[in-house]
Amino acid sequence: MEFFTLHDFMTYSKGITYLIMGAILVFMPLYWLYLTDRDD
Amino acid sequence: MTKENITAEKQFLTPFNVVAGIILLVGAAITLLRFTKGIGAVTNLDNNNPWGLWIGFDLMCGVALAAGGYVTSSACYVFGLKKYHSAVRPAILTAFLGYALVVFALHYDVGRPWRLPYPIFYSQGTSSLLFEVGLCVFLYLTVLFVESTPAAFEWLGFKKIRAWVIRLTLVLTIFGVVLSTLHQSSLGALFQIVPSKLHPLWYSGYLHVYFFISSMFAGMSMVIFEGTLAHKWLHHKMDETHLAEAEGVVLGFGKAASFVMMGYIGIKLIGLAVDNNWHYLTTGWGFWFLVELVGFVLFPAILYGMGAREKNTTFIRIAAFWTVLGIILNRLNISVIAFNYHLPSADRYVPSFMEVGTTIFIVTLGVVVYKFIVTRMPILYEHPDYKEHH
Repeated sequence: MEFFTLHDFMTYSKGITYLIMGAILVFMPLYWLYLTDRDD
Repeated sequence: MTKENITAEKQFLTPFNVVAGIILLVGAAITLLRFTKGIGAVTNLDNNNPWGLWIGFDLMCGVALAAGGYVTSSACYVFGLKKYHSAVRPAILTAFLGYALVVFALHYDVGRPWRLPYPIFYSQGTSSLLFEVGLCVFLYLTVLFVESTPAAFEWLGFKKIRAWVIRLTLVLTIFGVVLSTLHQSSLGALFQIVPSKLHPLWYSGYLHVYFFISSMFAGMSMVIFEGTLAHKWLHHKMDETHLAEAEGVVLGFGKAASFVMMGYIGIKLIGLAVDNNWHYLTTGWGFWFLVELVGFVLFPAILYGMGAREKNTTFIRIAAFWTVLGIILNRLNISVIAFNYHLPSADRYVPSFMEVGTTIFIVTLGVVVYKFIVTRMPILYEHPDYKEHH
């Protein structure tokens, strides 16, 4: 990926970052359920 | 020679004592050499690499792996998880010895031990992160010392002063958590001053966050790992309460460590995305980075998770050992291996055998002091006179 302006770079890197953050928000509660659903 | 003398000699000349004795003697000789001939006589440090194994392992790993103290005491006293109470004393003792040995090891690097109080009492460099680290370690070592005194007071029979210290438990725990938050993260922040020297895969604007978050699962893993060793070698020193609570500690800490490690992987990915460092992953350094992140964080996190879910303590104990190795690898990557990565191989730092010897000496010293204390003081068992106090 080639960038010509700082704006290009920020748009790309922040875009990916927000996608990862969204995935983490979905994944972490599910992982917590995986860890705890067999607890008494 | 009488029968008693022969028996006493046999008890003293155990394989552990012999090996530890040899290591301590060699360490004493290197120490003498270090403080009489200078740092250049025993290390491979130079102007390119002024910090080596002693900082990378003894300090960075020592502080991270001593995090079990604040993690366990805050779980028990701040979050009210009293089922982990039996793990508090061993964790506090390990943390105290860990930090004491960090300060001890620092003397080898800095030299001139009589100037140790200078940064705190004489010439404060308040704009330096190292000042903050030094101040926090000084204060936290004091806190850990006070927190570990009740065991010594119970051993010595000083009931009144023990009661006074016990009253301070919550305040000391909160102070300990605050200080740990500060200096664990500051050790990572130290490396934010070298963006051109540390490889971009390890360098990040979030280094302080990585260090703090990783210290949490480092501490939990160390508590499990140390508990495993104590169960193997010091089983006879544990009372029924300690033995009954041990499995709960392993399962609870394993579950928490797994969750925190998954979160850690998440923020590491965010760090890669923010700096757009994905293209480095296909290089040799990228492979090494993935060995650390996948092999020593994701793998033990999954193993911890499976162990916690299936109530399999063997999985958790293996994961704990693996995580401790991973923390050591991470701290060494940042401070030694991926540091000065651009230098030609002739200028790269490789520790001398005397640096390695000093590190082994310091770790052995910690194990010997731990064994000395645990075999005498009520660390792995409750003193019969104070059972109702807990």
